[in-house]
Amino acid sequence: MKYTEIMVRYGELSTKGKNRKDFVSQLGKNTRAVLKGFPEVVVKAQRDRMHVALNGADDLKVIAKLKGVFGIENFYPSIKLEKNMDVIKKTALEMVQQQFKSGKTFKINTRRQDKSFQYHTDQINNMLGDFILENVPGISVDVKNPDIAVRVEIRQNGAFLSSELIHGAGGLPVGTGGRATMMLSGGIDSPVATYMAMKRGVRIDMIHFYSPPYTSEQALAKAKQLTSVLAGYSGSIQFIQVPFTKIQETIKEKVPEGYLMTIQRRMMLRLAAKITTDRHCTGVFTGEALGQVASQTLESMMAINDVTNLPVLRPLVSMDKTEIIKIAEKIGTYDLSILPYEDCCTIFTPPSPKTKPNLEKSRKFEKYIDVDGLMKNALENIKITNIKPDENFLNSQQDVFAELL
Amino acid sequence: MIYFDNSATTQALPEVLDTYQQVSEKIWGNPSSLHNFGEQAFNLLEQSRKQIADLVGVHQDEIFFTSGGTEGDNWVLKGTAIEKRQYGKHLITTAVEHPAVHNSMEQLKNLGFDVTYLPVDKEGRISVDDLKNAIRDDTILVSVMAVNNEIGTIQPIKEVGELLKNYPKIHFHIDAVQGIGKGIQDQIFNDRVDFVTFSGHKFHAPRGIGFMYKRRGRKIAPLMDGGGQEKGLRSGTENLPAIAGMAKALRLLFEKEPQAIKTEREIKQRIIDHISKFDKIVLFSKNDSGFAPHILCFAIKGVRGETIVHAFEKYGIYISTTSACSSKKHIPSSTLGAMKIPESLSTSAVRISLGDQNTLEEADKFIETFDKLYDEFDKLG
Repeated sequence: MKYTEIMVRYGELSTKGKNRKDFVSQLGKNTRAVLKGFPEVVVKAQRDRMHVALNGADDLKVIAKLKGVFGIENFYPSIKLEKNMDVIKKTALEMVQQQFKSGKTFKINTRRQDKSFQYHTDQINNMLGDFILENVPGISVDVKNPDIAVRVEIRQNGAFLSSELIHGAGGLPVGTGGRATMMLSGGIDSPVATYMAMKRGVRIDMIHFYSPPYTSEQALAKAKQLTSVLAGYSGSIQFIQVPFTKIQETIKEKVPEGYLMTIQRRMMLRLAAKITTDRHCTGVFTGEALGQVASQTLESMMAINDVTNLPVLRPLVSMDKTEIIKIAEKIGTYDLSILPYEDCCTIFTPPSPKTKPNLEKSRKFEKYIDVDGLMKNALENIKITNIKPDENFLNSQQDVFAELL
Repeated sequence: MIYFDNSATTQALPEVLDTYQQVSEKIWGNPSSLHNFGEQAFNLLEQSRKQIADLVGVHQDEIFFTSGGTEGDNWVLKGTAIEKRQYGKHLITTAVEHPAVHNSMEQLKNLGFDVTYLPVDKEGRISVDDLKNAIRDDTILVSVMAVNNEIGTIQPIKEVGELLKNYPKIHFHIDAVQGIGKGIQDQIFNDRVDFVTFSGHKFHAPRGIGFMYKRRGRKIAPLMDGGGQEKGLRSGTENLPAIAGMAKALRLLFEKEPQAIKTEREIKQRIIDHISKFDKIVLFSKNDSGFAPHILCFAIKGVRGETIVHAFEKYGIYISTTSACSSKKHIPSSTLGAMKIPESLSTSAVRISLGDQNTLEEADKFIETFDKLYDEFDKLG
């Protein structure tokens, strides 16, 4: 038994009034992008639901891809059959048998759009129900709370059978929520925050600070690899690498030790804000969670946030580390995040950074450095790469190795 | 030379040795080192792991490297016993397992665990009903081999998996050392199995390397503690040249599998058709779907197995008394014993085990030699 099509139902989308048309067309576009590797698949995004015709594509692989698309509430993989009761019976039985374990209950749920079909809804329900009761020993009917629900739809173009309801990623289609930047370090949190921003429909441009030679090529490759994983949920992502060595060295030289971290963060956010407005984005996302480290106390946030008027969005702000890790594992970034490469946040950390930095002092100490000159120099040297899903950055010798293996 | 002892070991392929040598020469960094030379080794390690996972159709993080089948079996049994001892002390296996399983069970028995050995029928196969009756509330592990190493019986592992779906807490282990590349991949990787163990040198990889599949979420205690390699579950610097070689050997094995199985079945059938005509021959293996294509076990009544092995060896044909591990110890075959074959007959048993390098010409050569030898044996009896 192989599924032939998938009926996709929208979630919150359906409530979006006038914008609905844009949402639906964006979701169609995103779905097509995700299924690019399956040229035979045809995606039709209609007003109330989306129809994915597999045309022979591997159903399990397509289902796995669909699970990651934001804006999909749930979907029914289904089988298209000719409108012939014998064929429908046989397939319905197969579906039930596949999921049946002793003691389970079932229900047939028929909808008949095609009123010219020779049997009406109740007759179809009864015929299929009887057939399954006869052929599956030990099964019983439960119409209120069945373990197995077989949906039968009789439409003009055929009969459609389904019995599995698969939950989608929920949220809103990426691209319907505007465009923002994300400050990606390479740790566990920022990829999760990116995922959550995308889930609310935001298209993300990735900003990564790197400090050679203090941070390695591997650390940069890791950030890119994380971006590639996240691109699997949104389509290609622009990766903006910002050189940060000079700034860090200057701060280390000029600023009192207790404020090293605060001033560094102020410079990062200032750079991120400038890049954000230059690129016509409208917000900066970060992976900060309240109280996790010195820079993530309310006082620190105030001292750092001081440098911009842009919204600084922190989707993880009230989450526990364990909750964050759970999501990271689910979205496939955890194993990458824990690779042991130093990033720009972990070098130059003073032994005891101020957990409650003073705003005035932060502003004062910052005057010790040439903010504008350092900014200009960094911005002139940014490098932008377009990163696609399933790219490989960590193992540049993959092809060489392939010959060995 | 005609090598009909592929269940004992196989020849490491030149392509595999080439990989082994190249990795030893060029990518000899420690995968745990931070520098990019170590990083390179780490990448090759993970790429090998991914290739193996893709070939057998599981997730990359479900593959763990071991030193071979014996370690894998020891690990699953003892690691499960340690991990789950607070939940129960009952282990179930079959009466026809390889000593790596059997003796590990015996060791656990001495430590206070309770072991049930499932009996087998006259084809060497357990019954799922027996297993069902043996399961208790405190059962923590069921270990069943995929293919018996002495006579080639395929155990009903898929049906065992179906049964164990009703007992989700029990660890289900399959020793698949003899089962890989023999056309029963879907039975081994059924949707219930938790652990599967493999040995590299049975499929043309070097010695001292093997791998284990562990289902995501299943817990097992490590037997090797140390530097925390293999996610902390199997410490010890990774044997990268052998691992890369094994990844390649597995790819080649699967490429050749359909043709190899066909040829092995034909060779086996040709030999069976011929030798079964002789009075003194007793066949223990069949050539149907209940038996692996590559193993043929038979006895020549009244002639000791060793005598038969040495007689063939004079003609450059290598076969074995039932299993290589027990043959030098003069222990009668445990599988045949469990099948209630009298010792007088089981000491006369020999095993032919085929591989993808064997040909039908070799079968004819074997038959020719067999005829010559049979006359001599006949005089003995």
